[in-house]
Parts: sequence; C-alpha cells; structure tokens
Amino acid sequence: MLHSGINVLFEGRNFARLMAGLWTSTWIAVLALIIGLAIGTIFGVLRTLKNRPVRFILRIYLEFFRIVPTVVLLYLVYYILPRSLHVNWPATWMSVLAFALWVGAEFSDIVRGAIESVPKNQRESGMALGLSRLQLFRYVLIPQAFKLELPATINLATRVIKTTSLLMIINIMEVINVGQQIIEANNQQYPTGVFWVYGFIFILYFILDYPLSAWAKRLTAKQK
Amino acid sequence: MSWTVIQQALPVFAKGFELTLWLSLIGIIGSIIVGIITSLIQYFKVPVLSQIFTAYVEVARNTPLLIQLFFLYYAFPVFGLKMSAEVCGIVGLIFLGGAYMAEGFTGGFNGVSSSQISSGKALGMNNLQLARYVVFPQGFSLSMPALTANIVFLIKETSIFSVIAIPELTNTALDLIGMYYRSNEYLFMLVVAYAIILIPVILVLNWLERRVRYASFGD
Repeated sequence: MLHSGINVLFEGRNFARLMAGLWTSTWIAVLALIIGLAIGTIFGVLRTLKNRPVRFILRIYLEFFRIVPTVVLLYLVYYILPRSLHVNWPATWMSVLAFALWVGAEFSDIVRGAIESVPKNQRESGMALGLSRLQLFRYVLIPQAFKLELPATINLATRVIKTTSLLMIINIMEVINVGQQIIEANNQQYPTGVFWVYGFIFILYFILDYPLSAWAKRLTAKQK
Repeated sequence: MSWTVIQQALPVFAKGFELTLWLSLIGIIGSIIVGIITSLIQYFKVPVLSQIFTAYVEVARNTPLLIQLFFLYYAFPVFGLKMSAEVCGIVGLIFLGGAYMAEGFTGGFNGVSSSQISSGKALGMNNLQLARYVVFPQGFSLSMPALTANIVFLIKETSIFSVIAIPELTNTALDLIGMYYRSNEYLFMLVVAYAIILIPVILVLNWLERRVRYASFGD
C-alpha cells in the first residue's frame, strides 16, 4: 500500500513539474543572493567609515530586517508594492526584491565584522604605502575580509535556499506549491501520496543544503 | 492608514500576540533541553547515540521548517498519527531549534580548554561529573552568543506556523486582511507586534551575554 505510493512521483509529468518548481526556487535564491551580496558589500563598507548619520541609517536598516520575520517581509512586498505604490510586478520579482534586501542587511553585518577584524597593521601598512582610501579597501581590506567572511556567507546561502520554501505563501509556483497540486490531483489514486511528495521535497532541500553547510563547517574548522 | 481600524483590531491582535509568546516560550525551552542533551551526547561521543544525534542535527538544520511542518501536519496522519496544528508547530519548532541549539552548545563545549578537562580527570571525576562541574558551566557561557541568536531566530520562525493555520500573530493579520482588505494597517500592526516582542528580548539577552561572557571562572 505505502510502497506503491512512491509512483505518484513518476505519474504523468509529475517528476518534471517538481523539478521545474525546484528550478524556480533555485533561480530566485541565486539571483537574490547575487544582488544581496552586492548590496551587503557596499553597505558593509559604508558601515566601517566614520560617518555617523550613514552608520546610523544602515544600522536601522539592518535591525529592521533582523526583527521582521521573512514571512512578514514577503507579505509586505506582496501587499504594499501593488496596493500603495502601484508597482505591479510578478510575484517572483517581488520575492527577489524582498530576499535581496534581507540578504543585503545580513551580509552588511558580516562584511563589517570581517573588515574590522582584518589586523590593524594591514590597514596602517597600506596607508604608509600611500594608498588612497578606495585602494585600501580594494587591495587590502576587502580581499582579506573575503576569506574571513566566506563560511558565514555560505551559511547565509543555505538559509536563503531554505527560505525559498516560504515562496509558496505568495502563490509562486515553486516546488512545494507544485507538490501540493500533485497531492490534490492524485489523492484518489494515491492516498499515501502526501507522504511521498513531501518526503521527496524534504530530501531535495537536504541535497541542496547539506553540501553547502558541510563546506562552511570545514572552512570554519580550518580557520581555527 | 486609519487609527480606528487599528484600534478595532487590537483585541484580536492581542490574542495572536499571546499565542506567539506561548508557542515561542515552549519552543525555546524545549529546544534548549533537546540541544543540551544532544550536544552532551556528541561531546562525550556516546557510541551509537552520538551518530544518531549527529544525523538528526544535520537533517533538521538543512531542511526548511515549513516542509518539516507540512510533513508533521499532512503526512503523519497517513500512518494514523494525527496531531493538532499547535502540537505540530511546537514539535516542529523543537525539532528544528534543538538542532540549532545543539550546534551552539557544541561550539561552546569544544571551546572549554583541554587542560580543564584533564584537571577534572586528574581529580578522579567521571564523565557525568565532568559534564556537570567543568564542561557545562564554562561551555554554556561560551555559547551565549549562539544561544541569543537562536532564541531570536526561533521567535521569528513561529511566523511560519501561519501556514498550518495556527492563529498566531502572522495568521491573525492575514485573516484580518482577508476579511477587511486593510493591508496597510494590519501589516503595520504585525511589524510593530514583532518589534514589541523582539526588541526587549534582544536587549535583555545582550545584557545577559555581557554578564555571563566576561564572568571569570570561580568568581
């Protein structure tokens, strides 16, 4: 009874549809990460400067994203952009925006922490060589900070991948939403389909995330 | 934005607020207990158990809470194991949170210097005494930053309970939006409600972290 339920995954185009859903989740995660890392690098560098108002505003930005759960964030863009600001983007774009802003906030703190923990004599040596401030960041601080921040960045990526599971709440056709449709359509024929479909999605997420978090763990152990 | 809308929704929100607090509290306490047990088993490399718990930590940390909840809520009844949405939520949150806490505590326990352990052994302590008097007190203070981050994380994760229709804060706001179409007001209230919970929690935990972190041993 139970073991025959696994066939629900291969009935018709079900498998291809699940994979297409997974692809939607993946490209949203990757795009949001790329944009978010760019935002985070800029904001992180700005937060190490001595300009108080800029630091204050960016701190507020970070704290906002620390306090508001991602579920709420998605609803904020989903409701407020079209209704109050008359921006009628597809839901996928809005989710990329929400995720990118969130990643930007989290990453800005990682970048700031890493730049501040580059040894002081590195900065001083750079200045002694007559590097301008831009050159100092470009050639001394950011390359060294990059190595320090790598494990935290990978961990952030695993979190973004896991958080794509929330995209279903704003009706994006990602892997869980597709899974739900398959379960409903095949409920008569496969009463245990719900176990196999959700179990399969569970494993898919694990396959995506486990190598990344294992990599981050190895890097952290090496740095110690 | 209309204040009367906000005022009228306050009592309904208060209920969701209370439920979010309760679910978070139970989830956090449960996660800490599971986390301590798991990390001690891993620390002392208890045969068989430590492999099982390591697998548990990896599975729980590398899968989203939402799919864990769906599995508990929709797939478990197939085997006749039916739980209410609230119970599923708490079980899911502790399953996830226990793994995160375990990681944090393991980090702290591994930070306890090996000379402390060998001194304990030289005094003739057994594993249980080592855990109770040496590893745990020192490791716990080292894992405070991770504990703080995890507590904040778990409170925020309760918002995902809304997908299995637990009437916590987020679900309450969505219900109201569905009924009255006043998304600005209700979303504003939702963000403020989370801020009211999380800002004091963050401040208290940061204070506690400073107290515990720099307390020298034997003080």
